[in-house]
Amino acid sequence: MADKTVINRRDFIKTATAAGAGLVIGFHLPFRNRLQAASVGLQSSFAPNAWIIVRPDNQVIFKVTKSEMGQGVWTSLPMIIAEEMDLDWSTIKVEQALESDGTGGSRSIRGLWKPLRKAGAKAKDMLLEAAAQEWQVEKNECVAENGMIKHKPTGKKFKYGDLAIAASKLPVPDKVSLKNPSDFKIIGTDALRTDTPLKINGRAQFAMDVNLDGMVYAFVVRCPIFGGTFKSMDTRKAMAINGALDIFEVSNGVAVVGSTTWAALQARKALDITWDKGTTADLNSDSIAEFLRKQGRKRAAKGRNDGNPKRALKNAKTVVEAVYQVPFQAHATMEPMNCVVDVQPDRCRLWAPTQSPGDARKQAAKITGLPKDKVEVNVTFLGGGFGRRAFNDFIGDALEVSYRMKKPVKLIWMREDDMRHDYYRPASRHIMAGGLSSDGKLEVWTHRVVAPSILFGQMFKYPVPLKDKLDIVALEGAKNIAYAIPNIRVEYKSANTAVPVGWWRSVYDSQNAYANECFIDELAESAGQDPLQFRLTYLADSPRDTQVLKMAAKKVNWGEKLSAGRFQGLACHASFKSHVAQVAEVSVNNRGMIQVHRVVCTIDCGQVVNPSIVRSQIESAIVYGLSAALKGKITIENGGVVQGNFHEFEVLRFHEMPKIEVYIVKSDEHPGGVGEPGLPPIAPAVANAVFAATGKRIRKLPIKAEDLKS
Amino acid sequence: MPNFTLYINGEKRQINVDSSTPVLWVLRDELKLTGTKYGCGRGLCGACTVHINGEATRSCITAVDTVNGEEITTIEGLQQGDIFHPVQKAWMAEDVPQCGYCQSGQIMTAAALLARKPDPADEDIDAAMKMNICRCGTYQRIRKAVHHAAGEIKRG
Ligand code: FES
Ligand code: FES
Repeated sequence: MADKTVINRRDFIKTATAAGAGLVIGFHLPFRNRLQAASVGLQSSFAPNAWIIVRPDNQVIFKVTKSEMGQGVWTSLPMIIAEEMDLDWSTIKVEQALESDGTGGSRSIRGLWKPLRKAGAKAKDMLLEAAAQEWQVEKNECVAENGMIKHKPTGKKFKYGDLAIAASKLPVPDKVSLKNPSDFKIIGTDALRTDTPLKINGRAQFAMDVNLDGMVYAFVVRCPIFGGTFKSMDTRKAMAINGALDIFEVSNGVAVVGSTTWAALQARKALDITWDKGTTADLNSDSIAEFLRKQGRKRAAKGRNDGNPKRALKNAKTVVEAVYQVPFQAHATMEPMNCVVDVQPDRCRLWAPTQSPGDARKQAAKITGLPKDKVEVNVTFLGGGFGRRAFNDFIGDALEVSYRMKKPVKLIWMREDDMRHDYYRPASRHIMAGGLSSDGKLEVWTHRVVAPSILFGQMFKYPVPLKDKLDIVALEGAKNIAYAIPNIRVEYKSANTAVPVGWWRSVYDSQNAYANECFIDELAESAGQDPLQFRLTYLADSPRDTQVLKMAAKKVNWGEKLSAGRFQGLACHASFKSHVAQVAEVSVNNRGMIQVHRVVCTIDCGQVVNPSIVRSQIESAIVYGLSAALKGKITIENGGVVQGNFHEFEVLRFHEMPKIEVYIVKSDEHPGGVGEPGLPPIAPAVANAVFAATGKRIRKLPIKAEDLKS
Repeated sequence: MPNFTLYINGEKRQINVDSSTPVLWVLRDELKLTGTKYGCGRGLCGACTVHINGEATRSCITAVDTVNGEEITTIEGLQQGDIFHPVQKAWMAEDVPQCGYCQSGQIMTAAALLARKPDPADEDIDAAMKMNICRCGTYQRIRKAVHHAAGEIKRG
């Protein structure tokens, strides 16, 4: 498979935001942890790296440096270090690190796999050394086992806690050897999640659950039109509401502050704001679609060119063409954006459900004028992230209000704010062409991606080389298709609009996989071949994709007769260094109602830390992807988003849940991502199954009943 | 401001709030019972589900003046001291939550269902649980956990 892009989008953010400590993907940051240890009176503890503190009372604390948004880092990350350190898993207490790193790109385990293993191995080595010194024996006579160091010849034992003080005085070794995967005892097990006990009785703390003395409650009303600005307001009625405290303009609109949430909400309802509509007030979904169509006809930037696609298309016996369209999508995390901030004259504390804590600190310093080291960023549990919380606009709101009110503030976005002021998954248009030879061989593949650019959109106003001509992130999953075809051309044409766009679970891989995997099905049909066999022919050089695809086909007995009214479609796609195949089984009734009964998913994500979490992430990605494939979309009217709540933006619900089976390939490869790769194949797998059921090609998402009525 | 009496998790509580205040905000702002979550504010998502006289109710659209004197159970009151409710136990055994934000509501809905129907069929579970959205897609594990809890209740 062709290697991935040169600039990776997260690397880009890293440099682009220069986020300091917040995004240093930690190797050794012992200083940081020692500071933390000192701050809670644990000077005598053993804190050999940024993650682990071993206390003399044998309590082991793991500090999670990533945001827990459901993907399981509170469990999988400590499992890695516990393995190499031979910790007693049952004694580990997991806490959020005070300063966490940025989280996204299905990168937590991929990025921390080696650093955590090394850190664990080094810590263990220091404990062994401390024990050997204590007993005055050779270190190689000692072994680590389940939270204890044992002296083999005598059977003497120390608990790690007994060695905490001695070990903390030793230097951190430079080199240590890591375990052989065949010796893993914790990695690879279905260890239960460490956050579950907090999440079944209301104890898990989300930012919105933080209560501070003297706290006030605020909403920020934004202009419903993107690009619109505040003009004037009449606050008389609003301020007459019992409990209304203040109303004032902030950068993103108008802040309404009350003594309770309800008071602030009532005041907000009574507030009369006049907006300056700006220049994009007539923007709507049709005009955007037309704009994308127009942009698609223009010259595009080349992302990949193999062979001579133009000539190959001219010489092809059969040319197949198709255009696929994907709408804007909201994240609609279950927890709307919110943040608690306390700005004081000499310091600022914030509690935020953010994927970018480093940015939050910078923002706070900027808004309050305080030095960065006077800003404390507490990352709480995130009620879903999916990329939305890489953007900290809601934190800015809370900072401005607290700064102005000189009081702690709880700032909440209403669901409607959240849905109408998201950073949406870009709408896109995919112009595809393929050419078959007279014997049905696929000779040429071209794919032009027309979409707003996240990198060169509203969020990042940095001088970036190539400007908006070629956004290689927008070609993720398009440029690097696994199919070996002699002539390939992949292009990008930007189509920026006033609608804010951002990372959305698997981002452009989701749209590109939809276009790829539907189109390859269309080509197979043209070639008169089975979609599975057709794919396998062109995956000969991609063993991992081949394996997951074959495995999925086998699990569903691909090609064999199904029960009446059931139809299957398949898709495969590799993203975030993991390889995934899915088969969806659907039925479509005569009113065009689609039911997805079963999804079989196979994944090769390299070495697996916790298979149970992998399975739940895949289920999660499939549900999220099904919502986007079958349910809601974001449409634009009069310059703003139409949908405000879950009755207008529908998501998959309980009774619509297919039976999902996940099969994980056993592998020793470096871990791949897991949070996102399960998403891209689901839309095309369902679309291909719907074709099998109805004979109708699905070239537009979400799939709507009215397009399928027989 | 008017005064209301609520029996919350077995305790008598007096509050002074505007009579239109939804129970959700009474719980969260006045009583600092933050396990009950805000998700939509319009009765669409179930994140705010509590039991009012034993029935699963969307607290975001239930004004406090309509429940004066009633008994309310929140997620914090589901367990008896250290003893978890069978639904909570099942949720732990099946490791249901992901982000966890919807889970208070899911658990309260499931507990009310099982109180009504100790051995629910899949259709009963569908009918009850479709009121609760989970954006993390934990539905499959929720179904398993509801059956698990039903089994536990049956065994006593
Ligand atoms: S918050 Fe009450 S139903 Fe959504
Ligand atoms: S667990 Fe995240 S919304 Fe349900």
